[in-house]
Amino acid sequence: MSTFHFLFILSIFFSPTLSFRSDELLIDDEEFGLEGGVQAQPLSPDLVNTRSSPPPATATTTTRKKYSDTDSDSKIQFLLEHAFGDSEFSSAGTFTARLKTWNHGGQTLTKLRFSRNAFTDLEKEKFQNLLKGDDFYKIRLPSNVLSPPGREHIISSVKARCLPREGLDEHFVIHMEGGNILAVNYGTPGACSHPRQLKLPAKWSFNSHTVLKNSEQAPRAPIFSEDLLGGETGEGEALQPPERSFWAKYWMYLIPLGLIVMNAITQAMNMAEEPAGGQPLQQGTAVQRGPTAAARRR
Amino acid sequence: MDIRVFLLLLLVLVSSVEHGFSLYEDQVGLMDWHQRYIGKVKHAVFHTQKTGRKRVVVSTEENVVASLDLRHAEIFWRHVLGTNDAVDAVDIALGKYVITLSSEGSILRAWNLPDGQMVWESFLQGSNPSKSLLSVPGSIVQINLKVDKDNVILVFSKGFLHAVSSIDGDVLWDKDFSAESIEVQQIIQPPESYVIYAVGFVGSSQFDVYQINAKSGELLKHKSAAFPDGFYGEVLLVSSDMLVSLDATRSNLVTISFRKEEISFSKTHISYLVGESLGIPVILPSKLSGILAVKFNTLLVFIRVKSEGKLEVVDKIANAAAVSDALSFSEGQQAFALVEHVDGKILLTVKLSHDWNSDFLKESIAMDHQWGLVQKVFINTYIRTDRSHGFRVLIVMEDHSLLLLQQGEIVWSREEGLASIIDVTTSELPVEKKGVSVAKVEQNLFEWLKGHVLKLKGTLMLASPEDIAVIQDMRLKSSEKSKMTRDHNGFRKLLIVLTRAGKLYALHTGDGRVIWSLLLPSLRKSGSCKHPTGLSVYQWQVPHHHAMDENPSVLVAGRCGPHWDAPGVLSFVDTYTGKELNALGLTHSVAQVIPLPFTDSTEQHLHLLIDSDQCAHLYPRTSEAIGIFQREFSNIYWYSVEADNGIIKGHALRSNCIGVVDEYCFNSSDLWSIVFPSESEKIIATATRKLNEVVHTQAKVIADQDVMFKYISKNLLFVATIAPKASGEFGKPTPEESWLVVYLIDTVTGRILHRMTHHGSQGPVHAVLSENWVVYHYFNLRAHRYEMSVIEIYDLSRAENKDVWKLLVGKHNLTSPISLYSRPEVMTKSQSYFFTQSVKALAVTSTAKGITSKQLLIGTIGDQVLALDKRYLDPRRSVNPTQAEKEEGIIPLSDSLPIIPQSYVTHALKVEGLRGIVTLPTKLESTTLVFAHGVDLFLTRIAPSRTYDSLTEDFSYALLLLTIVALIAAIFVTWVLSEKKELQEKWR
Repeated sequence: MSTFHFLFILSIFFSPTLSFRSDELLIDDEEFGLEGGVQAQPLSPDLVNTRSSPPPATATTTTRKKYSDTDSDSKIQFLLEHAFGDSEFSSAGTFTARLKTWNHGGQTLTKLRFSRNAFTDLEKEKFQNLLKGDDFYKIRLPSNVLSPPGREHIISSVKARCLPREGLDEHFVIHMEGGNILAVNYGTPGACSHPRQLKLPAKWSFNSHTVLKNSEQAPRAPIFSEDLLGGETGEGEALQPPERSFWAKYWMYLIPLGLIVMNAITQAMNMAEEPAGGQPLQQGTAVQRGPTAAARRR
Repeated sequence: MDIRVFLLLLLVLVSSVEHGFSLYEDQVGLMDWHQRYIGKVKHAVFHTQKTGRKRVVVSTEENVVASLDLRHAEIFWRHVLGTNDAVDAVDIALGKYVITLSSEGSILRAWNLPDGQMVWESFLQGSNPSKSLLSVPGSIVQINLKVDKDNVILVFSKGFLHAVSSIDGDVLWDKDFSAESIEVQQIIQPPESYVIYAVGFVGSSQFDVYQINAKSGELLKHKSAAFPDGFYGEVLLVSSDMLVSLDATRSNLVTISFRKEEISFSKTHISYLVGESLGIPVILPSKLSGILAVKFNTLLVFIRVKSEGKLEVVDKIANAAAVSDALSFSEGQQAFALVEHVDGKILLTVKLSHDWNSDFLKESIAMDHQWGLVQKVFINTYIRTDRSHGFRVLIVMEDHSLLLLQQGEIVWSREEGLASIIDVTTSELPVEKKGVSVAKVEQNLFEWLKGHVLKLKGTLMLASPEDIAVIQDMRLKSSEKSKMTRDHNGFRKLLIVLTRAGKLYALHTGDGRVIWSLLLPSLRKSGSCKHPTGLSVYQWQVPHHHAMDENPSVLVAGRCGPHWDAPGVLSFVDTYTGKELNALGLTHSVAQVIPLPFTDSTEQHLHLLIDSDQCAHLYPRTSEAIGIFQREFSNIYWYSVEADNGIIKGHALRSNCIGVVDEYCFNSSDLWSIVFPSESEKIIATATRKLNEVVHTQAKVIADQDVMFKYISKNLLFVATIAPKASGEFGKPTPEESWLVVYLIDTVTGRILHRMTHHGSQGPVHAVLSENWVVYHYFNLRAHRYEMSVIEIYDLSRAENKDVWKLLVGKHNLTSPISLYSRPEVMTKSQSYFFTQSVKALAVTSTAKGITSKQLLIGTIGDQVLALDKRYLDPRRSVNPTQAEKEEGIIPLSDSLPIIPQSYVTHALKVEGLRGIVTLPTKLESTTLVFAHGVDLFLTRIAPSRTYDSLTEDFSYALLLLTIVALIAAIFVTWVLSEKKELQEKWR
C-alpha cells in the first residue's frame, strides 16, 4: 500500500515529464491500436478496414503489459448517422473503440472498429435518388464521444456520385483531440473524377476505411545556441567549395588562352600557306615592301 | 559551361536581392508619399500666452495628442498613445506643459508645449483595482481634470481624488472615495477659495457634498441631502455655486445650490418652462456660465439660471448643431460659439453669456456638403489689428475632418477621416485621350528643354548645388506621376478608401491627393438607420472589354447598427465622378459579402450577400445575373467562422427561399462542420488567399532537376487556435498550458489537410496565405521569443507527371479537371524561425502575373513596414545546402530571420498606428504598390526582384543619345582616318 502511495506521489512529481512525453505515446498508441484492425488485410499502415457485411467479429481484448497499470481503458461506442440530401439524420452504424485514459489525465481512442448497417430498401431508393440528382450524402458524428452528442454534431458530406465503385467505397478520417471529435472528413478513398457520371453500385455493401488522426507536433525552430562560434565555423566549412576540377577552376583563363592559341595556329597556318598560295595582290605588296625594307636596312 | 554562367548570373542576382529594395537618399519621395493625420478630435485646448498663441493642442479618438499650427494646420508635434491608452482629458498647466489624462484616468502625463517632449508621467493607482468601480463601464469612472493656480492638478479617477504637482508629477495627497459609495460627478474648486467640493450621488436620490482642504486633502465637511424624486444622468455646473440636473422622470430640471449651509433643491417642470412638451430633454455638457443648453431632438433651448434656482428660457434655436464652452476674455466677459445649419451654409454666432440679445459676431460660411454636419465647436479669441477682440473657432465635422473658421472663411481644413480607414480597393484611371497632353507639352517646350539640359548636366556631374536642388525638385513634382490618366506601367490608379465615418475617398496613387470624397448618404444617421457602420468596399463594375465607355464603380456594404443581424445598406459609387449611382436599404442583414468570379454583359461583378440566417442574396438583381448564376449554382460553396463558438461551417446553395417571393434569395444547407473543443481550443486567426492573386506556375523545379507540384486551391483556409487559458495577457499562462494549433482546411469539403500543434506557444497570431504556403507569426513561451513559421503544401497526385516521355505521349493528367471530392494526396513541409519583433500586420507582395518572387511585408511594432524575402521562410532550408540547392537559391539554415535595415520600405518614416498593409499589382510585372494605413498613410512602389523589366525613371535618355551620336561620330572619324592612312600607305 505504501509503495503504491509512493508510486502515486512519484507519478505526480513526474507528471510534467509524462505530459511532455504524451505525444510520443499517442503515436505509439495509434499504431498499437491498428494492429488489431490490420490483421484482416494489411493494406496501408494507417487504415482500419472493415466490411459491413458480414459485420466484423468482436475483437478479443489483447492484454497489454507494456503500459503502466494506472492507465485504464474502457469500451465506448458512438453512433454514425446519415442523411440523404436534406432529409433527417438516421442511424447508419456504430463505431466501437477503447478509450484509454493516461495517468496524466489525457484520453485517447484506440482500436476503432466500425460496423455499418446495410442499406434498407428505402435507403437504397433514397440513395439512388441522390445519385440521379447529384446531391449530397451527409454523415454526422457526435463532437464528444464520452458524452454524445457533445456541443454539436460534426457534419461531413460528399456528392453521392463519388461513392459507388463495384460496391460503395467510403473513407473516414476522424480528427480527434482527447475525447472530442474535431472534424470528420468523409469521402471516397480514391479519386472522384470531375464530370461526375451516374453509376449505380453493383453491390449495395459498404467498404469502409477509417483513420483516426491526432495532431502532430510542429517542428521546433532550429537552435544554434550551443555555441555560436562552433556553428559559424561549421558554416565556414560548409562554404569551403568542394574540390573542383581544373577546368572548373580556371575556365575563365583557359578560354582566352585557347582563343589565343587558336588564333596563333590559324596565323601559323596562314603563314605556312603564304608561300604556296599564289595571290598576286599579296605578292605585290610583298614586292613593294621588299625594297623599302631593304632600304631601311641600308 | 552553361550552368556555370547561370550560376554566376544567379550569384549576381542573389547578392543584389539583399539590397534590391533599398533606396538612395535622393530617391525618397520619388515614388512614395506619406501623409500624417491625427484622427477625430475629441478635445482641443488653445493656448493664450505668447509662445503658444499660434497653436492648439488636441486629443483625438485615435489616441493621439498633437499640437497643430493654427495658421497652416501643420503638426508641430504628435504622440500616438497605445491602442488601450485612450485620452480622457487634456489641459495646459503652467503655460508650458500639456497635461493629458489617459487609460481611464490612470496615467497622467505632462508634455512640453513647444516641442512635445514628455516632462513627467504619473501612474495614479486606485486602491484596489479588482473593485467593482472598475468593472462598471462609463459614468462611474468619472474624470475631472483641473489645473489651479498653485500648480496643483486635481484628478478624480477610479474612486480616488488625487492632487498632483504640475511641476514634477508627484502625488501631493489623495483622498479615497471608494469606500463612501458615492458616485462623484464633479470636482469644483472656486477660484478664490482653498476648498474643493466633490459632489455626487449616493444611490439615485441622495446628493452629497464633500468639502476638502485643497492644501492637505483632509475632509472639512460632509453634507448630504435627499431628493426623493431621484436624478437622471449627470450634473452640470452652471455657475460657481449652482448645479443642474434632470430628475428621474426626465420631465423636471433640478437646480442644486450646494455651497450654502444646507443643500437646497429647486425643481422646475420643463414643459411649464418651455411652454410645450418637446420630447426627451438632454442637457448638453457645454459650460456656458449661467446658461444651460437643453436639447430636444433638433431644438436647442437656452435656459438662464438666476439666483435662487429660478430658470428662464432665453432662446430657442431650431437647427443648432453644436455649442462650445464659454471662453472668458477681457474683464470677466464670457463668450461662446453657437453653430447652426441654415440652408446649406453654416451660421456661426458668438454670443456673450451675460448679454444674450446682442450677437458679438455673426458669420455665414458656405461649406462643402461632403463634410456633413458640425459635431463639435471649440472657440478661441485673438486681438485684432484694431485692438478689438476677434474670435476663431475650430469645428469637427461629421466626417471627422477638422476646420478652422476665422473672419467668415475656412482658413484650413484637415481630412482627419483618413486616419481611420476600414477598407481599401482600387480603380483604374481613365484612358488617355489623344491630343490632350501634346498642347500642354508645346506650351512648356522651353521648360521641357531646360529640364532636360539640367538633367544632362546632372548626369555629367557639371551641375552646381543649386541646379541639383532644381533637378530634385523637378523629379519630385513630376507631373507625370500625378496625371489623371492611365499609364502603361499601371502605377497610376485610384485608391478607393472607406473610413469609419462612412466617407469614401479617392486617393491618387501618384501623390496621394484626394481626387474626390463622398460622405455616403446611405451611411449617415437617419430615421431608419440609427447607427450606420461601413463594412467593406468591393469592385462592382470594372469595365474593360465590351463596356469600355462605362465608368467603373464600387460597391460599399454597410449595416444599420452595431450588431451583425442589423439590416444592411448597399451603395454604388462611380469612381471617376465620385457620385452615388444607387443606394439600397436592404431588408436582410449582411454577414458576409462574396464577390463571385462572374460578370454580366456590362462587366458588373456578381456578388452574393449572406445574411445572418445563412440565406444568400444575389446582386445585381437582374435576370441576366440569375441566368449566369443558375449555371454555376451547384458549384458555389462558402464557409462561415463562428469565432466565439469555435465552429467553422461549410455551406452550399439549396433552392430558392421559402416563404419569401424573391427569386434572388436562396436557401443554403450546411455541408460540413468543424467543432473545436471549447475547453482546449479557441479560434484567434484565420487567413485565406487573396481573391485576385495570380499564380504563374504550379510546378516548382527543385535542386536535383526534380519537379514538385504546388497544391494551389482557392479554397484553402488557414485557422489558428490557441488554448483558452493562453488567450489572456502575456506572462499569465505557463508554457505547459498554452499551445497553438494550426489547420489548413479545404473549404469546399471541410477536409483538414494539415493539422499541427506548437506546444508552449501563444497568440496574437498574424498570418498570410499565398500560393501554396502560409506564414504565421506567434510567440513562443518556451524560447521567450517571437517566431514565424511557414507551411508549404504540395500536391502529390500529380507527382507522376515528371516523366518527359509521358508528357510527349500524352499520358499525363495535367489537363484533367481536379475534384476536391477526391481524396487529397498532399504533402506539407514546415519550419519555424525566430523573429525578433512583434508584428502589427502581415502581407505579401502581389504582381500582375505572379512571376516575380515574393516578399513578405511585415508591419513592425515600430510602425514601419519591413520587406522580407520569402526565401528566408523556406521550409527546405538546411544547414549545409548542397551545391545544387545553392543554385536553386536556398539560403543556409539559421535560427532567426534577419532584419536588414535597408529593407524597410518605409525607410525613415513611420506609419503611426499601423493597422493594415495592402498590396496592389501594377501592370509592370516586377512592381507592386504597397499601401500601409493607420493613423498615417504611406504608399510606395517596390520591386521584390528589382525592376528587371524596365529602365529606372531617372535613366538619362539624353546621355544615351549623346553616347550613340558620339560613337557614330567616332566611327566616321576613325573610318576617314584609316582611309587616309591606307591611302598614304598605298602611295608610299
